[in-house]
This record gives sequence, C-alpha cells and structure tokens, in this order.
Amino acid sequence: MSKTKLVQGYEVVIGFETHAQLSTQSKIFSRASTAFGAAPNTQACAVDLALPGTLPVMNLGAVERAIEFGLAIGSHISPKSIFARKNYFYPDLPKGYQISQFEIPVVVGGEVAFFLGDEKKTVRLVRAHLEEDAGKSLHEDFIGQSGIDLNRAGTPLLEIVTEPDIRSSEEAVAYAKELHKIVTWIGICDGNMQEGSFRCDANVSVRRPGGPLGTRREIKNLNSFKFMQQAIDFEVRWQIEQIEDGHAIQQATVLFDPDSGETRAMRTKEDAADYRYFPDPDLPPLVIADEWVQRVKAAMTELPRTMAARFVADYGLPEYDATTLTQSKAMAAYFEAAAKACHQPKLASNWIMGELSRRLNSSETSIEMAPVSSAQLAALIARIADGTISNNAAKQVFEALWSGEANEVDAVIETKGLKQMNDSGALEKIIDAVIAANPDNVAQFRAGKDKAFNALVGQIMKASQGKANPGQVNGLLKAKLAG
Amino acid sequence: MSNDLHNLSVVELARLLQSKAVSAVEAAEHFLKRMDAHQHLGAFVSVNPEATLAQARAADAKLAQQAKASSSESASPMALTGVPIAHKDIFVTRDFPTTAGSKMLKGYQSPFDATVVSRLAEAGAVTLGKLNCDEFAMGSANENSAVAPVGFDAPVPVRNPWAQDRVPGGSSGGSAAAVAARLAPAVTGTDTGGSIRQPASFCGITGIKPTYGLASRYGMVAFASSLDQAGPMARSAEDCAWLLSAMCGPDPDRDATSLDRPAKDFSRHLNDSLEGLRIGIPAEFFGEGLAPDVRAAVEASLKEYEKLGAQLVPISLPRTELSIPVYYIIAPAEASSNLSRFDGVKFGHRAKDFGDLTDMYKKTRAEGFGDEVKRRIMIGTYVLSHGYYDAYYLQAQKIRRMIADDFQQAFQSCDVIAGPVAPTVAWKLGEKSADPVANYLADIFTLPASLAGLPGMSLPAGFGADGMPVGLQLIGNYFGESKLLNAAHRFQQATDYHLRTPEATRP
Repeated sequence: MSKTKLVQGYEVVIGFETHAQLSTQSKIFSRASTAFGAAPNTQACAVDLALPGTLPVMNLGAVERAIEFGLAIGSHISPKSIFARKNYFYPDLPKGYQISQFEIPVVVGGEVAFFLGDEKKTVRLVRAHLEEDAGKSLHEDFIGQSGIDLNRAGTPLLEIVTEPDIRSSEEAVAYAKELHKIVTWIGICDGNMQEGSFRCDANVSVRRPGGPLGTRREIKNLNSFKFMQQAIDFEVRWQIEQIEDGHAIQQATVLFDPDSGETRAMRTKEDAADYRYFPDPDLPPLVIADEWVQRVKAAMTELPRTMAARFVADYGLPEYDATTLTQSKAMAAYFEAAAKACHQPKLASNWIMGELSRRLNSSETSIEMAPVSSAQLAALIARIADGTISNNAAKQVFEALWSGEANEVDAVIETKGLKQMNDSGALEKIIDAVIAANPDNVAQFRAGKDKAFNALVGQIMKASQGKANPGQVNGLLKAKLAG
Repeated sequence: MSNDLHNLSVVELARLLQSKAVSAVEAAEHFLKRMDAHQHLGAFVSVNPEATLAQARAADAKLAQQAKASSSESASPMALTGVPIAHKDIFVTRDFPTTAGSKMLKGYQSPFDATVVSRLAEAGAVTLGKLNCDEFAMGSANENSAVAPVGFDAPVPVRNPWAQDRVPGGSSGGSAAAVAARLAPAVTGTDTGGSIRQPASFCGITGIKPTYGLASRYGMVAFASSLDQAGPMARSAEDCAWLLSAMCGPDPDRDATSLDRPAKDFSRHLNDSLEGLRIGIPAEFFGEGLAPDVRAAVEASLKEYEKLGAQLVPISLPRTELSIPVYYIIAPAEASSNLSRFDGVKFGHRAKDFGDLTDMYKKTRAEGFGDEVKRRIMIGTYVLSHGYYDAYYLQAQKIRRMIADDFQQAFQSCDVIAGPVAPTVAWKLGEKSADPVANYLADIFTLPASLAGLPGMSLPAGFGADGMPVGLQLIGNYFGESKLLNAAHRFQQATDYHLRTPEATRP
C-alpha cells in the first residue's frame, strides 16, 4: 500500500458504482431497439410498457457482454446467477419494480489497475450485475405535469461496484477513466457519457487515518470526468467542515450541481425505501456453462492488460510505457505498427507518448486522425537510430510531416539539410578550431570542471550548424583533450 | 340437430363441422343465443358477436378450403376449426376487452392476444366471449369479481348452474359455470392454487392444469408467476385433451418459464388400459376436514378404478397442511409485486381527484382494487419486507421444495395420485365471503400440486349433499398429463357423471 494522501488530516475513502449501458441492439428483456435519441415512447414495446400479460425474456447478448467484462478484469463468472425484483413506485418505472441482480450477481470480484502519475494503483471490484434501466421523467417540458419517456426503459446496464479502495478524487477519476477504457476497448459499451451510457455514482466518506470508516454520502450520476473530480473535492471539503464543526455526517444521496459546484442532498437514509428484493419468478436462474465462457474468451479481443504485458515482454518496454500505450486500441495499434517498422520500440514509445501525444492533445485530434502516420514516424525513428539526424533535427522533420509540408522523411532531411555530419574528418577540423579558439574552457576542463566540456560541445554543435552527431562529438573531443 | 348443438362434446362438434353437417357460423350463433338466454348465471363478462361471427366465417372458409384440397392436406386429427370456445377474462385478447375481474382494468383493451388465445385461434377455435373470474384470479368462489357480467349493470356473483344459490367455485368460476350450463363446449381457465380444479369440481365438469411451464403464460394477467398455469375446462377428459394439445408448446421468445418441450397430442393414450395402474391415495387427503358426502363419492370412484384394473396404494404427503401457509405467503408475495404496475400512470383506472403523485397512487389503488386483492397485496408486501423476508418468504420457499420432494417420494410407489379436489361441495353464495381464512383452508387439496408445479385435474366423481357435484382430483408426475387424461377418460367411459346436466339449464 502506498502512503495515503491526507486532506486536512483526513483520509478520503471512495467506492464507485458505475452503470455501463451495454451495446446491444435490443433491450435486456424485450426486442425493442435501444438506439438513442428517438421520439419519446417510440422505442417502448408492450413489454417495456409493462402491459398486462407481458413477460421478460433475457437478451443473451447482454449476458455475453457481462461475461466479456468479467473476463477483462479477471473476475469469477457465476455459473448460476439470479435476477431479482427491486420494488418501488415511480412513474418512469413501468412495472413498479426494476429487474436487477441482488444476492448472486453474474460477475464477482476482479480488479482494475491503473497508473496515477507513475504510481500503480489497484481497485478491487465487489461485483458487476445485469439490470434494466428505467425510463425518463421529463419535469421541465410540461407545465404542472411531468412527461414520461419510456424509450430508455429496459435498456441493459451492467452495474459495476468497487470496494472502497479509492483514496482521492484524482484516483477516482483515474479509476473511472481506466474502467471507461476497458468497457469501450472490449466494445461492451459505447462509453458516451453525454448520452448517459457511462454513469458513475461515488460513495464518499472521510476518516482519521486508521479510524473506522466514516458515514458515506453517495454522489449520483457523475457523467463527466471533470464534474467527478469537482464533485468529490467539494464533498470531501464539506464533510470535513461538518465534522470539524462537530456535526455528524448523515447517510444521504446527493446530486452535484455543476453551476454552483456544490453537492446537494436529494434524500436521506430516513426516507430510504424498502425495496423488498426477491427472486424474479418470471426469469429462471441465469446459467452460464463453462463452455460459454470459453467461447466468449476465445472470441474476445486482446485485453489492454494482456497487451501491456506483451509490450513489456516482446518490446522490452517499461510497464509505465506499456500501460500508457494501451490507453486505447488505436494508440496500441499505432505503436505496434511503428515499432515493427523501425525496430526501435523504446524510441517509438518515447515519440508516441511525447511529441505525438503532445501534438494530438493540443490540437484535440484523435490518434486515428493523426497527420503523421505510424509508417512516417517509423521512418523518422529509423533515421534517428542510424545516426542520420539528431533528435533536434527529427523534431523539425516531424513538424514538416505534421503540417503536411512534406510526407517523405528522407526528402525532408534532404531539402532541409538536416543530415548529421558523420564525416569525422570534417568534424575533427571543427573540433580542432573550437579547441584552438577556447583555451580557457580547455584549461578549466583539464582542471576538472565538467561544465567546461559541455560548453565546448555546445560550441562545436553551433559551428556544425547542429549537424554534428553529439555522440561522435563527445568521443572525438574527449580523445583530443586527453591527448 | 342444430337445436341441441350445446349438448355435443368438442370432439363431436368438430366432426360435424369437418363434415359440413353444421357450419361454424351456425354453431357460433347457437351458442351466442344460448348465452343470451342464460345471462342470469353471470358467467360472461364480455361478448362481441361481430368479432365472434367474423371468426366463425373465417373458420367456414377454412373448412371449405380444406374440403377442396387433397386428402393429404386435410385437417389435422384434432382440428378445432369452427369449435366455439370462451376465455377466462385473465387472458388478454384483441377482440374483447380484458378486465381480470378488476375495476382497475375496466375497459382495458390489449393490443395483443395471449399465446394460449392465439394458439387456440390457430387451431381454428372461435371465441364466444370472455368469462367471469375472481379479481386477478384471487378467490375460491368467484365472489371477488368487480365486473358486471353481460346483462348486468353492476357486479353480481356468478351462479352455480347446479344450484343457483351456490357459488361456482373460483377463480375460474365463470369458466366452470359456462361449461356446466352448456354455454360453451369448452373454455380456458387458469390455475394458481386450484382455480381450474376446484370450480370444475363444484360445477361437475372436467379440467386440467398441466405441468408448470407447459402452457405459455404470455398474455395471462399475472397473479403469482411461479404458480400460474393455463389449462382447458370441458365436459370430458377427451375434450380437454384436444384443447390442451392446441394450448401447450414452447414460447421461448415471450415466456422464459415456458418449457422447451414440443407440442404434443395428449389424446394418444386416452384409451390405454388401466390394468396395473398404481393409484396413490394420500392419507392426508382423507382426514377429519373432509365432508362425508365428498368422501363417499371419492371413495366410490376409487372403487370404480379398482374395477378398471387399477391398484390403490396408500401413500403419505406429510406436508399437505403446510401447503396453506406456504401458498398464502408465496402467492401474495409475487402478487404484491406483479400488481405494482397498476398505478394509474400508463393504463387502467386512475383516480379523478388527487394531490401529489403519492396521493394519486394511493387513491388509484384504493379505488381500483377490491378487498381480497388489497389483503393479498398487504400480506405479500409484509412477507417481503426487510426483516421479515427470511422468516416468511425464504422459509416458505424451503418448505415448498420439501413439498415437491414429498411428491417425488410418493411417485416411487405410484403412477398417479388420487383424492378429493375440495373438502366440500360448492357452498352457498355469501356463506364464506366474510371469512377469507375459511376460503383459504378450502384450498388444502389443490395447493400441494400447485406448489410442486405438478399437473392436476378434476373430473366428475358423483354427487354429494343436495345433489351437488363432487370432483375427483388426479395428480400426475411432471409431464404426466397423458396418463392423467387416460385415467380420467377410462373412468368416463365407465361412468356417466360427466354427461349429467343441471336441471335448471335445460334445454
């Protein structure tokens, strides 16, 4: 365990519940479409409307996605899980109960690992269970009345629940981003946070280090990473303030208001409903045979953590690089293509995580749309590796490729005259001239001052107009000064 | 001939229709007329002669087409083409409103047909109308219907055609009364804790509840999902076999609890010999609570079975009594949740004047549900509540499993189980309506098979006090429907109880 960061002497404890909307074409228990944005109530069939006599029938595609998720995070897939009814009245809940999983969920355990800065963190999962979404109540559009849109009713969700392993808002966001990466990577969720496809609830409490867990408040429906951090930071400050003022925290559900930047209690524990969970008699237990799990496993795309481990093993990358490069499938593919073409995986990694990412971020461009292709980058790296150009020169080449000024690496080197001076005869002449012109530096170096050596190198590079190979300069200069 | 079409069995009527001796329209008109003449029984809650006759005309067209086609394409052996039937008003239908006996669904029009309804329609049956029942199938006397029958302005009790001051049983009371009074040759019913068998017994007809999962529940207004099963009610086992064959079959896209067993012909073994059939007689079904007249009739029919070559084997179903508390925990628990959708938001009754949302819920449900339904919602809500769940619901589920195990133990030594359907014959209207517990206790012999999901049937076994019919219950092992129907059919070949007609409904 790493040392926990404290806020005003308090330890922050956070657990997450995330609702990931599964990417099935039809709903979890009916055949109505799940497409987003249709006119209200046009995508709700008799089952979604809970018309008398209708019954739920399991969408196996949703189960398959839950299995994929479980495999992706190293969970146990329950061979037999149970659907339960969560009973409560609300107009956008047509049956008067939500079909969910309670005692035995489909996915048990597992963990999500990620880097916070260069520190590796692991958040353990309690479970992930399948459930149906409710409809939407529209309170704004109708004066004195509420509208009900049941298009969303019955949309398949995977609710992913963590242990209270998270210790700061930054860690919370890093966890959420990692989870978002996993579900979109394996394609079980489109990850669209604006449309509500990936919604997070954060259970936040604070305590004195080593003390018992504090009372938690649950921040509902965090649908952007930015709000997530703001909401948690506010909530933590608020809770500490309350405790410092001598008030006990009441268990409550709160909402974050992005306009005020504050969290506000929605309901407290006193009005918590008794959901009267019981196994849904309309749905037999969900039985998942091992063959099914194996079939899903065989058809699954390589997982980010598997791929990262392979990058470490096959390309000799540090774990940090491997994890960063597997942030998205596109980035990983870009890296692999470049590394294979130039045979310089570490250089490729440096360039992708460095210059390329910087340019992509500042221009808000996705890697799929990068103006510099992996083949171009590979060609560029090859020229650095074989000593044709220096790193500095390489940046100029990259700039030319990025701006579209040119698209062939060697041609850019040629036209811009960026080739390094690898001819040792010519270089020796320059070195001799610089030694002759700077007797003070030479004397200082001989007196043991390393700085003076660097000054001489700088002079030589300048005299060569940047074309000298710094490695070669070092070697030759050392030899001459020693001689 | 067409003057007494109502006295024909389904099988006889189907043959006449196939041979064109009578048309489907004639048959439908005959029964519609009969229904009009017997409105005082309160059996039907909705009719739609236009829709019925349209279905009949379509059946006639189909019959004409079959006649033209080559013999290889002729009707299947059990085609119901043109046979008029009626549905318990718990099945949703496109051609008729569906109320489930509740004010909550007054005037509710379903956009689709229940699977059982469409399967019977595909087999060619013509629908005469919808039959009265206890509200949401909750009741044993059909005194809990909140719907005015055809010909009435307000709800009235359904009358037993054998004695019109008596109940027809419930919850499929309208179904049983209609068949007993010859208002339809066959009907559908549903059985959650005995709702096919008990009214069949009270009205002197034959009814079968198949193994749970054999008939699709899609389109049945749900009462207790883990118990509800559809089944046919008719005068004879043979007629039931024909209807059951059409009703059952897998429905995987609409009902996840529907079993993956292909549709089958339940009439194939009707005539098998009963020689050597081992009939288990549970001691617990013949205890003190059994009325002497019912006991006498049941014992006499068991003697008849011995004459047919069967062998009576004493067995024990030790948890029979427990089936009452177990059922009255599980069924209300499921009902309390199933009935949550009746909230006034989307369909059905909504209170006129209300304050906020909670007030709308409260008033809507207070007005829309009758006393028995409210009672069960409250019981069910209670037993599922935090802190009570383990003591009631979970415990009940464990005993339910033991009850099912007891049956498996019993079937080690017998092929079918026989006993009374109900402790008494049909009681007087109003006699038990103020005492819900007395009603619950009367379910004791039908509940065990329901809890175990086993097939059970009732067939006329003679008459008891005041000439009221007594039913014999046969319980089979899972998928033992053919054996039950075989045993019932052979009994009916040897007896004529099932052919007797209540005086008051003649002609």
